[in-house]
Amino acid sequence: MTGVLILEQALNGLQFGLMLFLLAAGLTLVFGIMDMINLAHGSLYMVGAYLVAAATAASGSFWLGLAAGVAGAALFGVLLELTVLRRLYQRDHLAQVLGTFAILLMCNEAVRFIWGSQPVLLSPPESLAGPVELLPGFYYPAYRLLIIGVGLAVALLLWGLITRTRLGMQVRAGASNREMALAMGTNVRVLFTALFGLGAALCAVAGGMLGPLLAVQVGMGESILILAFVVIVIGGIGSVRGALLGALLVGVVDTAGRTLIPMAFGALLGPEAADNAGPAVASILIYVLMAAVLFWKPKGLFPSHG
Amino acid sequence: MAETPLDSATPRRGLLDPALSLRWSVPLLAVLLAFPFLAPLVGGDFYLGLAARILIFALAATSLNLILGFGGMVSFGHAAFIGVGAYTVGVLAQAGIDSAWIVWPAAMLVAALFAGVIGAISLRTQGVYFIMITLAFAQMLYYLAVSFKAYGGDDGLPLPGRSQLGLGLDLADDRTFYYATLLLATLALILVWRLLNARFGHVLQAIRENETRMEAIGFAVYRFKLTAFVIAGALAGLAGALLANLGSFVSPSMMQWNQSGLLMVMVILGGVGHLWGGVIGAVVFLLLEEVLSGYTLYWQFLLGAVLLAVVLAAPNGLMSLLRRKDTA
Amino acid sequence: MNHTMTVTLLRSALTAVATAAVLATPALAADNIKVGLLSTLSGPGAGLGIDIRDGFQLAVKLNGGKLGGLPTEVIVADDQASPDVGRQTADRLVKRDKVDFMTGIVFSNVMLAVGAPTFAAKTFYVSANAGPSQYAGEQCNPYFFSASYQNDNMHEAVGKTVTDKGFKRVALIAPNYPAGKDALTGFKRFFKGEVVSESYTPLNLLDYGAELSKLRAAKPDAVYIFLPGGLGINFIKQFVGAGLSKDMTLFGPGFSGDEDVIKAVGEPMLGMFNTSQWGHDLDNAANKKFVAAFEKEYGRLPTLYAAQGFDAAQLIGAAVRDTKGKVDDKAAVRRALEAAKFDSVRGAFKFNSNHFPVQDYYLRVITRDAKGRITNRTLSTVFKNHADAYVGKCKMAAN
Repeated sequence: MTGVLILEQALNGLQFGLMLFLLAAGLTLVFGIMDMINLAHGSLYMVGAYLVAAATAASGSFWLGLAAGVAGAALFGVLLELTVLRRLYQRDHLAQVLGTFAILLMCNEAVRFIWGSQPVLLSPPESLAGPVELLPGFYYPAYRLLIIGVGLAVALLLWGLITRTRLGMQVRAGASNREMALAMGTNVRVLFTALFGLGAALCAVAGGMLGPLLAVQVGMGESILILAFVVIVIGGIGSVRGALLGALLVGVVDTAGRTLIPMAFGALLGPEAADNAGPAVASILIYVLMAAVLFWKPKGLFPSHG
Repeated sequence: MAETPLDSATPRRGLLDPALSLRWSVPLLAVLLAFPFLAPLVGGDFYLGLAARILIFALAATSLNLILGFGGMVSFGHAAFIGVGAYTVGVLAQAGIDSAWIVWPAAMLVAALFAGVIGAISLRTQGVYFIMITLAFAQMLYYLAVSFKAYGGDDGLPLPGRSQLGLGLDLADDRTFYYATLLLATLALILVWRLLNARFGHVLQAIRENETRMEAIGFAVYRFKLTAFVIAGALAGLAGALLANLGSFVSPSMMQWNQSGLLMVMVILGGVGHLWGGVIGAVVFLLLEEVLSGYTLYWQFLLGAVLLAVVLAAPNGLMSLLRRKDTA
Repeated sequence: MNHTMTVTLLRSALTAVATAAVLATPALAADNIKVGLLSTLSGPGAGLGIDIRDGFQLAVKLNGGKLGGLPTEVIVADDQASPDVGRQTADRLVKRDKVDFMTGIVFSNVMLAVGAPTFAAKTFYVSANAGPSQYAGEQCNPYFFSASYQNDNMHEAVGKTVTDKGFKRVALIAPNYPAGKDALTGFKRFFKGEVVSESYTPLNLLDYGAELSKLRAAKPDAVYIFLPGGLGINFIKQFVGAGLSKDMTLFGPGFSGDEDVIKAVGEPMLGMFNTSQWGHDLDNAANKKFVAAFEKEYGRLPTLYAAQGFDAAQLIGAAVRDTKGKVDDKAAVRRALEAAKFDSVRGAFKFNSNHFPVQDYYLRVITRDAKGRITNRTLSTVFKNHADAYVGKCKMAAN
């Protein structure tokens, strides 16, 4: 097990974790402040990725495409909130599950209708398609470094927004005690709509950045949605700080697990076990992590509810 | 919110006593019994398989409704018990054991065991944490099944044939299989009905309403919840065994969280906490799926639209719409 | 006899004659053919299914909406690359829509799930891609015909090529499902060097970071991948992105080097070798006509999936023609399919006793063609009249 391998896994984990954070941040705020289970959050991620891909294809520039796609997704999130989601706030969680599940189905099919069933190609910017020599002999894909950079930048922006602006203050107040915040005069309607738009924008950044690495296809949101829920439970519902820590934890554990566990299995139990049981155990690892965190801290790492 | 009496001779039932509604259920049963003879009119044997499938999911959804609707336990991992039941049948078939009298009860037993273990741990948590822990356990079982290459892993395990009933009946005949499914689904519904009308059911529903108070009064809340969880798990295991027989195929995807989500959707659609909620939800959902997919490639959009309409219009699933019409 | 009695007698007589005529007619010639095309139309493998569908439907269109002279209805369905969904959908196609032929499946794990119930219902399956070793050997079935190849074959050809080119240390990667296993088994059958590592990845894996780390550590001279469709696209992009293409030569079977992958990856693929039983530049009349028609209809060059779909349709058409439309006579259809009297875009086409083709395999390289497009050029023949390795294990009863 060389240092290079560990470094590579750490970087991959950081990259994945930061993208997960973008998704989890929006989700934890919606759940924490609006007390709404939103199964359509993965759809925002998918729509964001598709819009970025379409805008990139139309404009020929990745950066322009990313900006346009994120703006479009934010608009979509706001529209969704104004028309449908607003009516679900007062309902119980189960009705929200059904309603947002319905939206998930409709989003999937609408995307399929517009762009077809085949995955859409989204390529990284030309200048970043190749490797960068981080250490002598160790080449790391430049694009993944870009993802890390963008992830850190957005995390910083979000931190600034939450801690240094009026909106952020209202968000923190709402997360900690909703009724009190309302009593103190927060304009709930505007706050909620803004939150949704922000969440959608964050999802779109994640979708647009991960698109070139993975694939932009119908249903891409579902698998990552489950990870996002695990992250917010680990981090504490309503806490953006918790979402960051939780996402990094999950990102690193998941990524490192996928490489190291099959290796360990291969060394101890042979190649069959490495190929069959390895990936399975690696996938289970984050659930074990969640159970362990909940055992030690039943309300997550940074519970925000008083 | 007066309960409609079954008929003038029966005493008025309380709020905690869901009714079997003999006025509707008996004619329904008659139609279902006659269905195999009507099937050729609508296009043949394929529909027998579809009907059996709907009955199996009605059974599974009813078992989830027991804990979710009546017990207030939102389990996001219920499909795991279906999968466990199905795999029990599969594994035993591989070992050469295929008598329905052995493998179906075995499926229920194994599922009940898993439910016991998972429930014992999960029920120590509350709210969203309970949801996530049950989800986590279900995912763990799913990935375990994927890793069992000996039993097909991700590609699934084809069964050599359906379980053997003996008694001169052959389950490979779609009609016989349909009747077997109908019988078991009906028995399960009646069992749940009796459970809910008994003291056990009353306590369970009271726990759903206010757990703290029930603790304070002195009920062993945890034990009641766990018992309900295990019973629901066993019934789901039975549904799994039947599902494995339906397609003569077992696959890990039966246990995935999307399947658990679908079951929840069916229960919520039908009406959480109504006796027939699970059945109505499964029937409407699967029929919609079948009918709509014949019309357009993008049928899931229409399905989503219908579900959204139901959520926005009905306070508690389809059953609540029917109830409102009744009392109006 | 009065008038009424005469009429009644006449009516009864006519009815009797008509009934007798209907009952007495043997296998009635059908007046149309229904084909169930179940393929992967969504997810990373969608490009492959769409190509099969397009190739198949082109053949029907070129024959005026008919196969073998009879109007043909092609019912297209999506198996979502899931054995579960595939099996249910196949059930619907066979039992509700009562199709005469089934075709289209891309992935072998779906094929193995769909096979048993389809054969039990005595419906013929003409494969436009999946050719699992199980159906070539022990589980061979009279209702299964492969119009494409047997899974191992293309990989056997690469194994031989890599050996011939002098590479000594090779790393192998394939997805963890039946065709993946067949692939690496086939490669190893003809590769005479050292296999440095052999790994099977999850079939839906899109991020190959872990695999690339392993390669970096193992340092082979060449890497052989079998990663169809979107999987290959992602791997190759990430492989080049991680800088590994400088030190290791990449080899793949025809699938991993076909038009869909080329379109997505582009220039980094120039110089990659791959093998296939077909190339769009094969010099025969049927192929020239097919490629021209495909380009005109769909605006892109056909992949080998499209060629296979086209041939599958032609094969079915030949069977319908040779049985004069009596597709209910299963024995006759089987004979007609086995005879395979059609003009394949591959040139000569014949079946082995296990219903798998005996054919040539060619070496191709990705290069720029006369029009400046990046595409495959067929170089040489690796195997002539190559049969699969499993035919000996097949104990199929004769017709």
